[in-house]
Amino acid sequence: MAKTLFQKVWEAHTVRKLPNGQTQLFIGTHLIHEVTSPQAFGMLRDLGLKVKYPQRTFATVDHIVPTNELKEPYSDPIAQEMIEALRKNTKDYGIRFFDTTTGTQGIVHMVGPEQGITQPGTTIACGDSHTATHGAFGAIAFGIGTTQVRDVLATQTLALSPLKVRRIEVNGKLAPGVYAKDVILHIIRVLGVNGGIGFAYEYAGTTFDGFSLEERMTVCNMSIEGGARCGYVNPDQKTFDYIKGKPFAPKAADWDAAVARWASFASDAGCRYDDVKVFKAEDIRPTVTWGITPGQAIFIDEKMPALETLNAADRQTAEDAYAHMKLAPNTPIKGTKVDVCFLGSCTNGRISDLREVAKYLKGRKVSPSVKAIVVPGSQLTAIQAVHEGLDKIYIEAGFEWRGAGCSMCLAMNPDKLVGDQLCASSSNRNFKGRQGSQTGRTVLMSPLMVAAAAITGQVTDAREVFKV
Amino acid sequence: MSLAQITQVKALALAVPGDDIDTDRIIPARFLRCVTFDGLGEHAFRDERTGPDGKERPHPMNSAQAARIAAAKQGVMVVGFNFGCGSSREHAPQSLWRFGFTAFVGGSFAEIFFGNSTTLGVPCLTLSKVDLAECDAFVRANPDVEVTVDVVQLTVSAGAKTWKADIAASARDGLVKGKWDPIADLLEGADAVAKTAGGLAYVAGK
Ligand code: SF4
Repeated sequence: MAKTLFQKVWEAHTVRKLPNGQTQLFIGTHLIHEVTSPQAFGMLRDLGLKVKYPQRTFATVDHIVPTNELKEPYSDPIAQEMIEALRKNTKDYGIRFFDTTTGTQGIVHMVGPEQGITQPGTTIACGDSHTATHGAFGAIAFGIGTTQVRDVLATQTLALSPLKVRRIEVNGKLAPGVYAKDVILHIIRVLGVNGGIGFAYEYAGTTFDGFSLEERMTVCNMSIEGGARCGYVNPDQKTFDYIKGKPFAPKAADWDAAVARWASFASDAGCRYDDVKVFKAEDIRPTVTWGITPGQAIFIDEKMPALETLNAADRQTAEDAYAHMKLAPNTPIKGTKVDVCFLGSCTNGRISDLREVAKYLKGRKVSPSVKAIVVPGSQLTAIQAVHEGLDKIYIEAGFEWRGAGCSMCLAMNPDKLVGDQLCASSSNRNFKGRQGSQTGRTVLMSPLMVAAAAITGQVTDAREVFKV
Repeated sequence: MSLAQITQVKALALAVPGDDIDTDRIIPARFLRCVTFDGLGEHAFRDERTGPDGKERPHPMNSAQAARIAAAKQGVMVVGFNFGCGSSREHAPQSLWRFGFTAFVGGSFAEIFFGNSTTLGVPCLTLSKVDLAECDAFVRANPDVEVTVDVVQLTVSAGAKTWKADIAASARDGLVKGKWDPIADLLEGADAVAKTAGGLAYVAGK
């Protein structure tokens, strides 16, 4: 019988059926960070349990790392306490920690792929909702709560129920200036922020075939913003090429067998999906959010929705959004004044993002009214970018060049909005208060759109600012 | 590990309206800078409850009803659709539970929030849109009437009203049998786990 990748991976990792009808699923790869793991280690100690497969858990530190302080102790004692707790826990239990001192630290969803830990046909769990990022490699990857982090540490398994699978096909070629970020913002806009509840999203079609692994990661990353706990792309030659030679990739003698195995996990032709949605790449234009959920998005050249056009529930959220964002219905978002520009995060803080923007940034200057920061998602990305001289281009243009971490994606480190500042951001969430100020405002967009906003001081169409 | 069998929660209720209430609103990220869940209860919905000027804002969580629930350490929160969307932070249900909420009734719940709550022994029941509106209105009009969330019968009732409710079968089973924390079952499967692991080349290091 023809099967989806989801079904095949699920079956290969099924341990047994639990008395409550759920599946005990083996988690091949477990990633942890400093925010959602300390309580789990605490529970483990309380129960007198050990870490069952310490070699299958990998740790990094990302959320609390200050991006402009390289030395410890950090000026925030709580951040210092959290990094030290992780050091102690990983040492006590023999878990590999990509610490800040190793040159390999970074946002957890960047470290896995960079190290070759993220592989096709595997199950990956992490106490972080953006774990679906790893699905770009054809893994079944999803976010879990802290008690579940305990479960994985203690047993390397979870109690789960299978998801339905929705195939989301995008076909054709994106127009210049339109990026993977626009694709996912558009998908969420159309299918809704809760449209994916109960589903794994399989992203497919010729647009995805043409995407690099980094572009696929950008899309899979935001599956959760569409309500889907997990999203993936079937593995292909590009996937295998990306993994080859990475530190944790299979070695030469095992390589061919690994590739054959990985390829066998791809969804079979003629398999049954619970739902299929089809999009045309040429219908997608640069997309920005105007509200307080990622689904409140429009093309840059559209007007924000008039309240009368919305149904009752959407209207209530929209009214709340307009009040918070200090924006008016039925007006263009283009031209809205921007105070801060943030280029980074696990959605768009990769080397390809930094390269793409740098290509256009040469010789341009950030508007004097704007504070612009660029934060490579990982130390390896930062090292590579410096090697290519990208840091100079950004600094020359007036961006602050920072160390690796989550930075302004969320308010757990010193990078925060102040008051009602409006931030053009390449991150993934525009929730109220997400960027550290209760009244702060976030407009999500692609990296090049962030750069265009930095230069003009406004939410603007990058295609008009740069020769794309 | 023996856990309480959660068949019914009977308590005062608080309506917190709105759809797509995300976990950043339930517990703002700055309160995640911690290594235990202790003390999270008082920060539930902090930025909705307190303005940038430090003054209290009108919010259901600031009401006398919320204070009664906090004192009783028992309460039902009546919410909208897609409640708890956003991050996987268990800090969100932990903060509401530590505040005093022991059951949720809503239109729908984000999956991770639902799972995190169930593992705490806090049932999340869903009602149809029409029934939810009626339940919400009832709760506001009758703050002194206890609401009964029945996990066995799959009903939510208050006064003379009874609404038909739903919850994932596995969650119901776990709550009712006192097995809402799966750790005991998971530990029992150790031999089967080793067998599955043995069949996975990447776990064996290939
Ligand atoms: S960059 Fe943002 S979304 Fe990604 S892991 Fe860090 S905080 Fe979460």
